[in-house]
Amino acid sequence: MITELANPQNFDRWTKPVQPFLNYGAVLLLVLGLYFALFQSPADYQQKESVRIMYVHVPAAWMALMCYTAMAIASFVGFVWKHPLADVSAKVTAPIGAVFTALALVTGSLWGKPTWGVFWIWDARLTSVLILFFLYLGYIAIWEAMDDKIKAARIAAIVAIVGFINVPIIKFSVDWWNSLHQPASILRADGPSIHSSMLLPLFLMAAAFMAIYGALMLVSIRNELTSRRIARLEREADTMVSTMRVG
Amino acid sequence: MSRKQRRLTLIAGIFSVAILAVVLTLTALRQTVALFYTPTSLAELSEQPTGLFRLGGLVEEGSISYDANNAGVSFVVADEFSSVPVFFAGVLPDLFREGQGVVIQGRINEDHTITASEVLAKHDETYMPAEVADALKEQGRWKENEN
Repeated sequence: MITELANPQNFDRWTKPVQPFLNYGAVLLLVLGLYFALFQSPADYQQKESVRIMYVHVPAAWMALMCYTAMAIASFVGFVWKHPLADVSAKVTAPIGAVFTALALVTGSLWGKPTWGVFWIWDARLTSVLILFFLYLGYIAIWEAMDDKIKAARIAAIVAIVGFINVPIIKFSVDWWNSLHQPASILRADGPSIHSSMLLPLFLMAAAFMAIYGALMLVSIRNELTSRRIARLEREADTMVSTMRVG
Repeated sequence: MSRKQRRLTLIAGIFSVAILAVVLTLTALRQTVALFYTPTSLAELSEQPTGLFRLGGLVEEGSISYDANNAGVSFVVADEFSSVPVFFAGVLPDLFREGQGVVIQGRINEDHTITASEVLAKHDETYMPAEVADALKEQGRWKENEN
């Protein structure tokens, strides 16, 4: 079934009706999430109102890691099985992941100043996330720099897969080395250390970001497939014109 | 080997070599990647650091004393086994107080005190509404630094 859904023509057909649900779902979840994050949740006992930055920062950081993982898996499938849709999925995920990473870095910095006393510090967590951002940019640059899309897909896939090593490093950086960034609050052995009244806006925002990723990904895959079709038709037209001239 | 198997072997090989390289690098740089010394790890060093370095720990209860002519603040950074006196003349973060986790940057003096050039507050992973924290304090169930 997956192979059928992943066939480029079928993909076009089944994603079109799904698209509006994702679009409206994303907007609805985002409005709801921001409402709870900004108005319907309490101030923190230490961070006061600046705790609200967490509702954008944490889901954005989750998405940064999730997008990279998705990109690495798609790259692996594309590299080994040469599935065209896998290459395309990896390619369109990169800019979305890069934006989420930038959002996590910027919001984290804005939170760090009032809480820690600095915008930036070269601790293991912050540094490894900055490297993740550069990995995204490098991956995008490979696609942009190479005209041969098949070759570009191969090299970009190797970069994405090798760069995946950074993902567990980011996740465990706060446990392996002492750092200024605090350890995980949600995925802990003894349950979340975030009060339940703060979990609702956090999860709503996470769901909103997931829906945004889904909506953007489907639309960009269709764009990419269409532009490849156009490029192919143009090439065919060129060959036809030149053979006619020769004839 | 089919072409698919060859590609699989290739990417698995590249990935394993890259992992090995990263693990070796990070093992070699263990002390550099860590942001700060703890009072205990500082005491265990055979040679005290000569330049700027960072120290992280808790501000010991009752150790904060402000200089009489407002020139700075003295406090003790401690962990379970060891403690270091620190002097700092500068702007403290809002969260600075007794029992708070801090990361300071400074130089060590001959009398084994530290003159800090920067004091940062370390925030823990606990998030709690102010009302809940107040209620816990009232009921006497509040535990400072339980994490």
